[in-house]
Amino acid sequence: MSDVDAAITRAHHDEWARVVATLTRRFGDLDTAEEAAAEAFAAAVERWPADGVPPSPGAWLTTTATRKAIDRIRRENKRDDKHKEARMAYDDDPPEPPGAIDDDRLRLIFTCCHPALAMDARLALTLRMVGGLTVPEIAHAFLVAESAMGQRITRAKAKIKAARIPYRIPSADDLPARVTGVLAVLYLMFNEGYLATGPGTDPVRHDLTTEAIRLTRLVRALLPEDGEVAGLLALMLLIEARRPARVSASGELVALDEQDRGAWDTALIAEGHHLVRERLAAGVAPGRYQVLAAINAVHTSARDIRDTDWSQILALYDHLVRLDPSPIIALNRAIAVAELDGPEVALAIVDRLAEPLANYHAYHATRADLLRRLGRSQQSRAAYDRAIELAGNTAEIAHLTRRRDQLG
Amino acid sequence: MQYLVSVIDDKSNPGSTDRQPAISAFNERLITEGHWVFAGGLADTDAATVVDNRGEQPVFSDGPFVESKEYLAGLWVWEAPDLDVALKLAAEASKVCDRKIEVRPFR
Repeated sequence: MSDVDAAITRAHHDEWARVVATLTRRFGDLDTAEEAAAEAFAAAVERWPADGVPPSPGAWLTTTATRKAIDRIRRENKRDDKHKEARMAYDDDPPEPPGAIDDDRLRLIFTCCHPALAMDARLALTLRMVGGLTVPEIAHAFLVAESAMGQRITRAKAKIKAARIPYRIPSADDLPARVTGVLAVLYLMFNEGYLATGPGTDPVRHDLTTEAIRLTRLVRALLPEDGEVAGLLALMLLIEARRPARVSASGELVALDEQDRGAWDTALIAEGHHLVRERLAAGVAPGRYQVLAAINAVHTSARDIRDTDWSQILALYDHLVRLDPSPIIALNRAIAVAELDGPEVALAIVDRLAEPLANYHAYHATRADLLRRLGRSQQSRAAYDRAIELAGNTAEIAHLTRRRDQLG
Repeated sequence: MQYLVSVIDDKSNPGSTDRQPAISAFNERLITEGHWVFAGGLADTDAATVVDNRGEQPVFSDGPFVESKEYLAGLWVWEAPDLDVALKLAAEASKVCDRKIEVRPFR
């Protein structure tokens, strides 16, 4: 990757949400903001290699996007005078008074996570508008077709416009109710960063995980009493702590049992453990993020994989299954079962998840690993093939390929 | 911005029938706060007649255009600056009417 390409990639990661948020505030329309932001980045791809990277890429992108938006509105105005009046009225509006939160991107999240939108639309819209993920990346994260995901986002934007969902930070009264949806979005954003998809993308997109953690810290600062906010932050910190050990020098994903635990970030682990202990001390029944954080606290407490308290982990998964009966949780629980009761028992559980998880790479990767441990090489190889086919992360593909090629 | 606010009743599980005083008080508030444009309760769907004059002569048929368990029992038209305001009022309206409420923007 050339320096200019790297600068464009970095600018996209750093500035996308800011550009969209700024333009949405100025023009009062997500569609205009998104399209103008996309055009500005396209202009950067075209001009930066010849003109050089501007000293302040964010300012250049915002200015360019603003011009693109104004051009677009002028073109529309020529076609529609009534529209012009509406736009002029919007431009004359005084800037909104500062709300409870002064972060434009968080304002954008709360708007994209509006309760009048379906949950799946909120997730998709926030990942597009705030996370800056492309429609194919979002489709991959949700395990749905790209065309369906494109329609979902278009419909959500159309509803925001037609029903006039405001671009506003919710009032203090409404804030807690809006937070649940925001946490789901932040967790997905974190996961996309942690296991980034796409051949042209780094296997771990540190920016996305960092951004998700940063925004979660902000939400926690606003709602310090909310256990799930604390739980999600702890969960992210304990996963992020393992990042330095997660991809090898050769770009291969390193599984938990093979990681150099000395490379884990002890400061992040300490902070995560502190949050988990704080939630335990609160004595309130934990939600799913708090249980997931506790599972990760158990993993990060073991200095060696052999010291892992698997019965504690399985007990936590049993609790989690009751809170969240999704097949993905059941799949992860089966991995703990394999450690305690052996791969054969685990495989029986995994095989029952075949239908809902048929297109989920981790299902096939888990099966492949269990079959390998059972010495069923031929079936294991087929499962690895399917997992490699479905996996979008380059480091994970490298890891799965090596495991497959080591089969006897 | 105007919103059509539909009051949805359920034939198999109807809302309570003693809501009129509370609805009247709520209407007074809508008027005072500048949200009220129009309101009306509807007679039973059995009293509806569908007219179709797209062909050579009008055809009249007895009953609503669609038979369903849930039906439109009444409606408001509200003026509200944005959906957040309309949804907050609709949440109150649902309690006041003891029925579900649909909020739909006019074009």
